[in-house]
Amino acid sequence: MSGVAGRGWVTLLHKELLRFWKVGFQTVAAPILTALLYLLIFSHVLEGRVSLYGGRVGYTAFLVPGLVMMSILQNSFANSSSSLTQSKITGNLIFVLLPPLSALNLFAAYVLAAMVRGIAVGSGVLTATLLFNPSLLFLEHPFWVLAFALFGSAILGMLGLLAGLWAEKFDQLAVFQNFLIVPLTFLSGVFYSIHSLPPFWQALSRANPFFYMIDGFRYGFFGVSDVAPGVSFVIVATAAATLAALTLKLLASGWKLRP
Amino acid sequence: MPAAVEVIDLARRFGDVTALDGVNLSVAQGEFFGLLGPNGAGKTTLISILAGLTRADRGTARVLGHDVITDFRAARRSLGVVPQELVFDPFFSVRETLTFQAGYFGLRNQDAWIDEILQHLDLTTKANANMRSLSGGMKRRVLVGQALVHKPPVIVLDEPTAGVDVELRQSLWGFIRKLNRDGHTIILTTHYLEEAESLCGRIAMLKAGRVVALDTTHNLLARVTGITCRLRVERLPVPWRSRVVREDGGAFWIGLASFGELEALLAALRVEGIAVSELSIDETDLEDVFLRIMRNSEAAA
Repeated sequence: MSGVAGRGWVTLLHKELLRFWKVGFQTVAAPILTALLYLLIFSHVLEGRVSLYGGRVGYTAFLVPGLVMMSILQNSFANSSSSLTQSKITGNLIFVLLPPLSALNLFAAYVLAAMVRGIAVGSGVLTATLLFNPSLLFLEHPFWVLAFALFGSAILGMLGLLAGLWAEKFDQLAVFQNFLIVPLTFLSGVFYSIHSLPPFWQALSRANPFFYMIDGFRYGFFGVSDVAPGVSFVIVATAAATLAALTLKLLASGWKLRP
Repeated sequence: MPAAVEVIDLARRFGDVTALDGVNLSVAQGEFFGLLGPNGAGKTTLISILAGLTRADRGTARVLGHDVITDFRAARRSLGVVPQELVFDPFFSVRETLTFQAGYFGLRNQDAWIDEILQHLDLTTKANANMRSLSGGMKRRVLVGQALVHKPPVIVLDEPTAGVDVELRQSLWGFIRKLNRDGHTIILTTHYLEEAESLCGRIAMLKAGRVVALDTTHNLLARVTGITCRLRVERLPVPWRSRVVREDGGAFWIGLASFGELEALLAALRVEGIAVSELSIDETDLEDVFLRIMRNSEAAA
C-alpha cells in the first residue's frame, strides 16, 4: 500500500515549495528587507547605549539572532497558514483532499514547506547582515542554532496549519496573526534580554514559549543566555510534540477539512 | 466482481437540513449511470461522501469494494471526481496542475499520458499557459483532466457541462463515451436531462435526500405512457388544472393518457370559449418522467 502511493506527500511538499518560490520576492526577499530595516534602525538608535551579557555582546550583535529567529518564526507561520487558507477560499484544496493522502502526509508536506521558507528567510537575514558587517558573527554552538531553528520553524509551521484549518477567511487569519503570533514574538526577547525587564514582565516572559525558542537560539550564537539551553530545548521540544499530536488528531478527524 | 459504487443506508444532515436520508444505490462496473434531482436533492453530498470530502452520519459507501473511510487509500485511487465548482490553482500552468495531481497519487513521469489527456481535451496549445489565463470552458476541461490523470476505474462528473458551450459539450461527451467504452464506470449528475437521456444506461432520481426512482433509462421512459400536450391559452378549464405537468409563461404542459383525452380537452376549451394560440404534441422524454416523478413523490410525502 505504501510504495508508490506513499510518495504522494513528496509531490505536495514540492508544490508547496514552488508555491512560495514562484512569488519569492514577496515571500522571501521582502521579509529579509524588513528584518534588515529593523536592524538598521534599532542598532542606529541603541548601539553604544545598551550592551548585554555583562558587556560581552554589543546591542547590534545581540539583535541579529533575535531578528533571524523572528523571521524564521513569522515566515514559517505565514507559509502554512496562508497556503491553506488560500486553498480553502479558492476551493482548490479539493485537489489535495481527493488523493489518498493521509493526515500524516498532509502534516509532513505543509509543516516541512513552512520550515523551509522560515529557515530560508532566516538564513537570508543572517547572510545579508554579515555581508554588511562580518564582525557581528558569533557562532559558539552551531548545533543549538540548528536545533532551535528546526524546532521553532516546525512549531510555527504547525500553528500556521492550525490557523489555516480554523480560519474561513483572511480576516480571521489576520486576527490569529496580529493578536497572537506577533505579540508572542515581540514580547519574547527579540529586541532585549529579559534580565533588563521588571520582575513582573520577566515572569510573564517566562510563560511565553516563544521566549525559549529565541533564548536558546541566541545561546547557539553567544554561548550565553537567560535560561540554560537544555531547559529551553526541553520546553520547545515538548511544545512541538504537543502541537504535533493536536494537529495530527485534528487532521485525522477531518475537522473543517472534511465536514 | 464488486460494484463500482455501493451505498447502503447513507444519511447526512447539515444542521436542520437533511441532505441524505437513507440512500441505497449500487452501480455495476462499466455502467454509465445518471444521478438526477433538483437543487438540494443531495447529489453533491452523495458524491462528496464517496470522494471522502464529507463524512456520512450513518451508512456505508464503497468504491470497488473499498470502504471510503476504513480503506480510503484504495477507494480514492479508484475514483476520479470532476467537481462542480470551477476551481483552479492560480500559481500553476495546465501541465504543472496535471503533473502535481498525478504526483499526489504517487505517479511520476506521466508526461506521455498527460500529453494524451491534453490532446483529448483539446488543451495541447494551452499546456504551458497559466491556469488564470484560461477561459471557463478550458478550466472545466482541465478539471476533467485532473480527474483522469491517475487513471481511475470509476469517474464521477458533477455537472461537468455547466457553462460549457455546445460544440465543446459534444466533444467532451465524445471523450467520456470513449472512456466508458474502454471500461470506465461513469457516474454523472447533470441539469441537462437530454444529456442524461442520451448517455446514461441507468438513472437514479433523488429528491430531498431520498431515491425516488431507480431504473434503466429505457424503463423510466416507458413509465410515462401517453403523450404530453403543450398549449398556449389564457386560462384552463378548472377540471384540467390538476393535470398540468409544467407551466411556463402562459404555456401549459398537460399529461394525457391517449389522443382520446386530447379530444376531451379541446372540447372543454371550446365549451368555455377559450382560444388556443399554440398547440403541440411532445414525445415523452426524460424531462416528462422527471417532472412526473418529482410531482408524485411530493404528493406521496
